[in-house]
Amino acid sequence: MTTPTVTRVKKLLNRVEDVVPESLAGLGAAHPDLVQIDAANRVVLRAGGPKRGKVGLVSGGGSGHEPLHGGFVGFGMLDAACAGNVFTSPTPDQMEAATRAVDGGAGVLHIVKNYTGDVLNFQMAAELVAGDVEVASVVTNDDVAVQDSLYTAGRRGVGVTVLLEKIAGARAEEGGSLAEVTETAVKVNAYGRSMGMALTSCVVPAAGTPTFELGDDEMEIGIGIHGEPGRRRVPLAPVDEVAQMLLEPIVSDLGLKSGDSVLAFVNGMGGSPLIELYVAFNSVSKILQAKGIAVGRSLVGNYITSLEMAGFSVTLLRLDDELTRLWDAPVHTPALRWRV
Amino acid sequence: MNLQQTDAWLRLAAARLHEQATALTRLDQAIGDGDHGINMDRGFSAVVAMLDAQPAPDGGSSGQAVGGLLRQAGQTLIRTVGGASGPLYGTALLRAGAVYARAETPSVADTVAAMKAAAEGIGSLGRSTTGEKTMLDALVPAAAAAQAAFDSGHDESGVLAAAREAATAGAESTVPMLATKGRASYLGERSIGHQDPGATSAALLVCALADVIDRG
Repeated sequence: MTTPTVTRVKKLLNRVEDVVPESLAGLGAAHPDLVQIDAANRVVLRAGGPKRGKVGLVSGGGSGHEPLHGGFVGFGMLDAACAGNVFTSPTPDQMEAATRAVDGGAGVLHIVKNYTGDVLNFQMAAELVAGDVEVASVVTNDDVAVQDSLYTAGRRGVGVTVLLEKIAGARAEEGGSLAEVTETAVKVNAYGRSMGMALTSCVVPAAGTPTFELGDDEMEIGIGIHGEPGRRRVPLAPVDEVAQMLLEPIVSDLGLKSGDSVLAFVNGMGGSPLIELYVAFNSVSKILQAKGIAVGRSLVGNYITSLEMAGFSVTLLRLDDELTRLWDAPVHTPALRWRV
Repeated sequence: MNLQQTDAWLRLAAARLHEQATALTRLDQAIGDGDHGINMDRGFSAVVAMLDAQPAPDGGSSGQAVGGLLRQAGQTLIRTVGGASGPLYGTALLRAGAVYARAETPSVADTVAAMKAAAEGIGSLGRSTTGEKTMLDALVPAAAAAQAAFDSGHDESGVLAAAREAATAGAESTVPMLATKGRASYLGERSIGHQDPGATSAALLVCALADVIDRG
């Protein structure tokens, strides 16, 4: 008689080591019209191969942030996404394979979140294709919770990454050159800021235990997307107050004032239901209204997550005509779709 | 260090990283993202698989052979570890391999130079230096102690004994440090009071090397 296998962690998985490849296989099986999976390299590719003359967009990072990045591969957004292990950067050979696969002769833009591992690995990948593929890169660093100083690895790339992948994707789709797509991408990063909070910790499948402990009556303000602690731990407060704590540093850092228009993005960390995210969006909207800042566009949902962590982040992106037009452009990916 | 010792070092390091994987991950949960032990274990298991796929090393060996093996191990780590540790440790082995590859028959002087080159490789790729609560806080003092022991006439075993002591003390010295590089830097003052997982794995690698050389 065989003993039934006991899963170590209470998660929807078979074997812990298969969580990333099986999740990628599931994405491919669910959306064969949009994506194809290079299982050997753990790369999600846009179905139909590279488009001649279009700039290719490649992103990637640790897994555990779904739908980022694989869910954003498709028309009007990314051409490829490299999946690392949970919360661990993918490796240069994965990025090299993705870069070569999507090159349509117009060059490739690497979209990199500012974490030491992601930056180093994408840097090595760019060296591996030097001479064969023209590569530019943009590093997102929008998290105002981190002091950007000599004393840190710099601000983390968080919510703005989603908006950048959409907007730069639209710029590439309409035929922008590598320089033009890069310029738009750099602008999105410069115009956007984010800050997040957590109500609970998260469990890395292979670790099996929560990354950090948080009391029932506590919350962490300024959390990252890997369970790395934030600015401070404070007693639980109404979401109106939480939204205020997150928005103040963003508004002041962007220098927003009455009459400005923004895209307001309320992002779930993975474990908070939509009913709560809309309560949070309501708080954000009231605060912005009181400041005379117009919400020109909005996005609410789980787009850049931290496994099952409960909580949310707010991203504000200053809007101008170009960014509004590119945001509105058609998009068709597993996780984001409109006007198609 | 000859080819057989290089092979033995990589295998011993892999075995110890496997044993210590949970402990390293616990350290990383405290001040990072909770995966350092898992990643190092995966990378060094891949190194062992790479070694198993090769003919058994012979005792007498050229610098070329030692350098070539370190280079393969470094490339394997870059491909399999992920995170920042993959490129950093991978680069360290590539740089060390380059030092050995220049020697006809590797001497103690080459081992000392290789340790220095490995630490410098990590420093330049990570744009980091000592005192920032990273692997360099174990590796830089280890390389310096190895140099000092060599200068005062010690043999390879003595040189590595000095390196082992310095690396261990260096890893422990990260406890009161404020992290200013890598993910622990996001914690600011809350990073104080925890031993750095990278410095801990770096010390483990130096200790494994010293133990292999002691065996002769």
